[in-house]
Amino acid sequence: MKSLTRAVLPHPLLTLLLIVTWCLVTNSVAPGTFVLGTILGVLIPMGTSAYWPGAPNGLRAGKMLVYLVIVVWDILLANIAVAWIVVTRSNRAMRSTWVAIPLDIRTPEAITMLAGTITLTPGTVSADLSDEGHTLLVHALDAESPEDVRDEIKQRYERRLKEIFE
Amino acid sequence: MTESFVTYAIWLAFGCVSLAQVLAMVRLIKGPNTSDRILALDTMTVNAIGLIVMLGIAQGTQIYFEAALIVAMLGFVSTVAYCRFVLRGDIIE
Amino acid sequence: MTLDLVLDIAMAASLVIGALFTLVGSFGLLKLDDAMKRLHAPTKASTLGVGALLLGSSLAAFGRGEPSLQEVLILAFLFVTAPISAHFICKVNLHRRSCDTPPTPAKDQTWATLDTAGDETR
Repeated sequence: MKSLTRAVLPHPLLTLLLIVTWCLVTNSVAPGTFVLGTILGVLIPMGTSAYWPGAPNGLRAGKMLVYLVIVVWDILLANIAVAWIVVTRSNRAMRSTWVAIPLDIRTPEAITMLAGTITLTPGTVSADLSDEGHTLLVHALDAESPEDVRDEIKQRYERRLKEIFE
Repeated sequence: MTESFVTYAIWLAFGCVSLAQVLAMVRLIKGPNTSDRILALDTMTVNAIGLIVMLGIAQGTQIYFEAALIVAMLGFVSTVAYCRFVLRGDIIE
Repeated sequence: MTLDLVLDIAMAASLVIGALFTLVGSFGLLKLDDAMKRLHAPTKASTLGVGALLLGSSLAAFGRGEPSLQEVLILAFLFVTAPISAHFICKVNLHRRSCDTPPTPAKDQTWATLDTAGDETR
């Protein structure tokens, strides 16, 4: 039974995403659209499952939702802060530095989400990963001390992602 | 009254985004490094999506949606392709 | 009538806010003086600016009485791809050495882009 489910629905979340995307592209929730979306959502993951061998084993949806809300709120605040810095500060007054963040999370999905979050939030852009994936290089636009930026990212985002994915 | 302030808002937004497009183009011409030019091009694609969307609002139609979606996808793929070309000297290895 | 007015005001506000953020993004692109600093303004401000414009477009469609959520698709696509483009442009910066040299990582040898071990064959 379980192997049958895996054969028909190798990636259930991808199926769901494809159905929602199809409904949004055609901009209707008519039964016909939904059926065609479901057909696509089953066929595409089946056809491409050979290219996606691994899947994250179980993530906690509730905590993911809380994390997304926090991130969206931070994006709004971050944009106002960055816009203010860009418009008011002179180039010389900006204290931009590199920050190296040692990573506790090991899952590729979690590291990808952390890097994406860092890029979209307060004055930081994730630049590179070290050659064996233990450290993330981050560039901060205006930081008083690199240690503060590092601690905030570890406290606010990495801890939550560790709970979600591991 | 209602009509007028919406029209003003649309015109203001058109002006701002067009100005943004010009500023990005200046950086595209000036840009000392390759990465600055790629970034300017990426910004211009994002701004172009904004312009297309506002054209849709101004004309009161939904038909520009597909155009905006395709510009968004092409912009992303072309940015990544440029970067990969600079990084590896090849796009598909 | 009141609902229409509220929709119109919300749409006009999101249009103006979005346009201003887009303008700030491009202004920052022109103003900042270092390749890494320049990356900050467009990736964040322009993405949110266009996001607000798309929200305005969605509200306008609701105001016309033909509700549409298609804009959400573009919005999600932009927010997913913006960090990836930014990351790639960072890598180009590091590769071309058009920025300050970053500090060496604590545990590993070096950063992935600066890794020259595999470059000898090329």
